Amino acid sequence: MIAWLFIAPTILLLLVINIFPLIWSIQLSFTNFKANRAVQGIQNVGILNYINILHDEEIWSALQITAHFLFWTILLQALLGFSLAWLVNRKFRGHSFWTTMILLPMMLSPAVVGNFWKFLFQPQIGLFNYVVSFITGADPSSFQMIGEVKLAPWAIIIVDTWMWTPYVMLICLAGLRSIPDYIYEAAEVDRASAWRTFWSITLPMVAPFLMLAVLFRGIENFKMFDLVVNLTSGGPGSVTELASINLKREAFEKWRTGYSSAFAVILFVTVFGIANIYVKFLNRVKQR
Amino acid sequence: MRKPPPNLSVIEPSRVVKRFAAVVVIAYALITMVPMLWIFVTSFKSPQDSIAYPPKILFQPSMEGYVNLFTARTRQTSEYIASLPPARTWYDKLVRSHGMVIAGPSRFAERFWNSAIIGFGSTFLSIFLGTLTAYGFSRFKVPMKDDLMFFILSTRMMPPIAVAIPIFLMYRQLGLSDTHLGMILLYTAVNISLAVWLLKGFVDEIPREYEEAAMIDGYTRFQAFTKVVLPQMLSGIAATAIFCLIFAWNEYAFALLLTSSRAQTAPPFIPTIIGEGGLDWPAVGAGATLFMIPVVFFTILLRKNLLRGITFGALRK
Repeated sequence: MIAWLFIAPTILLLLVINIFPLIWSIQLSFTNFKANRAVQGIQNVGILNYINILHDEEIWSALQITAHFLFWTILLQALLGFSLAWLVNRKFRGHSFWTTMILLPMMLSPAVVGNFWKFLFQPQIGLFNYVVSFITGADPSSFQMIGEVKLAPWAIIIVDTWMWTPYVMLICLAGLRSIPDYIYEAAEVDRASAWRTFWSITLPMVAPFLMLAVLFRGIENFKMFDLVVNLTSGGPGSVTELASINLKREAFEKWRTGYSSAFAVILFVTVFGIANIYVKFLNRVKQR
Repeated sequence: MRKPPPNLSVIEPSRVVKRFAAVVVIAYALITMVPMLWIFVTSFKSPQDSIAYPPKILFQPSMEGYVNLFTARTRQTSEYIASLPPARTWYDKLVRSHGMVIAGPSRFAERFWNSAIIGFGSTFLSIFLGTLTAYGFSRFKVPMKDDLMFFILSTRMMPPIAVAIPIFLMYRQLGLSDTHLGMILLYTAVNISLAVWLLKGFVDEIPREYEEAAMIDGYTRFQAFTKVVLPQMLSGIAATAIFCLIFAWNEYAFALLLTSSRAQTAPPFIPTIIGEGGLDWPAVGAGATLFMIPVVFFTILLRKNLLRGITFGALRK
């Protein structure tokens, strides 16, 4: 019982700050409550909010935008992160210094990062436009990364990839370093080609690590809010309005508290469900 | 000169591969640092230089961004400025040379200070609770231990905006909206999952035999914890504390939605620096630079423990 003296304070805090609000959210999701109105007039609407969400085009569009963002950021970060890790693991002189430099972006505040990339993406004067026009010869005022419907979804992908590739790299690097030397020596004795060694040893042994990185990135980017809201505020129009940004609009601008609580519950169940399935899958891969 | 020894080990990469890897990695590192360096450089430009095209790499350094960051200014006629007593400080002089007068301090210093109070407060609380809980999970048979640990971790998976809706309502009822205490409790609740998972890893690495020996010598369980285990955990606690501090320092969504005039931290404030004209990029650069310097410093300090921190202790080196 002495164990509870050590554990109870934490559990208590989480019950008050996380679980109680969550239960309250679930309860509110069945009402038409609006937080900017007086308490009177709350009506129980049953599962109406949930039904409406399923037919809400804005929400479907936000989920599609989120899916596009998730797919490309994870793909790019996995490819770049793994390649960089492989290169860093060649242990050239000074590799640990350069690794630390590469890691810096992921520790910065996403909101501040969104802000200063907005500066880099400024039409005409931005450094990004200048560099692109310098390399390709295109007119720097002919495109606007965060002002054009076609480019803005890629602008947020570029910034997220810049910020989080180091994260995937660091985890892959741990994977590469966990492979014992004797396996490579055995492959050498068997005269396996470099290509074969890579596909049959390196990749399968790093795979669980890469999947762990993908899991964490997936959850984080599914919740993505701060970086994108500061970079594009969801625009132009709503082409970069991710699920969290849409939720913020519903909850804190339109004040549809009941409706947005229902959406929040759906988002939470989704993250939780995907994470659970993925963890099981990951464990199976690890056991192999 | 002696030749270097031939490459005997088959796993040691060849020189060509090493050189190639070095070139690519260093190129990536340099490119990745450009945006950070650019915002740093911009903070020392004048507003006109900051929006010049082509972008200026050589320019007359100016402290205008920093002055604008820390002060509120009003535009005045040149007659009015001439009628004032001579400027006493360099920043008065700088502002007056642009036809403006300093009206008072801006709110940046206050926001920065709020970030520090809330950051340190929540870090202290997370570490205090996290150390106890980690020790409890590591050393005792707790029923449903795995489920409780997963529960603690799962609180971190919730989208902050989704959590903010009921917290907003609850804090409004309890009078905790826009208070330091409210933000400290909230950030503690978010950070506690990281603290428990990381610290449990550190406690697990300390052999039980030490405490058992101490308890045979007459220490109580609590004394064994404070006098034997705690001193050995210090470096782990320091690393965990830095992670908690960086999270609280960087957090934006809760701060945006739950704080306004009293307890607002720096991240929701920095975007507002740009002001109405939308051209004061040096001030934004100055704010971002001052805000990021501590993080860069701590990251370099932490580099050995980074992997552990970002994977909640799942991976160690």
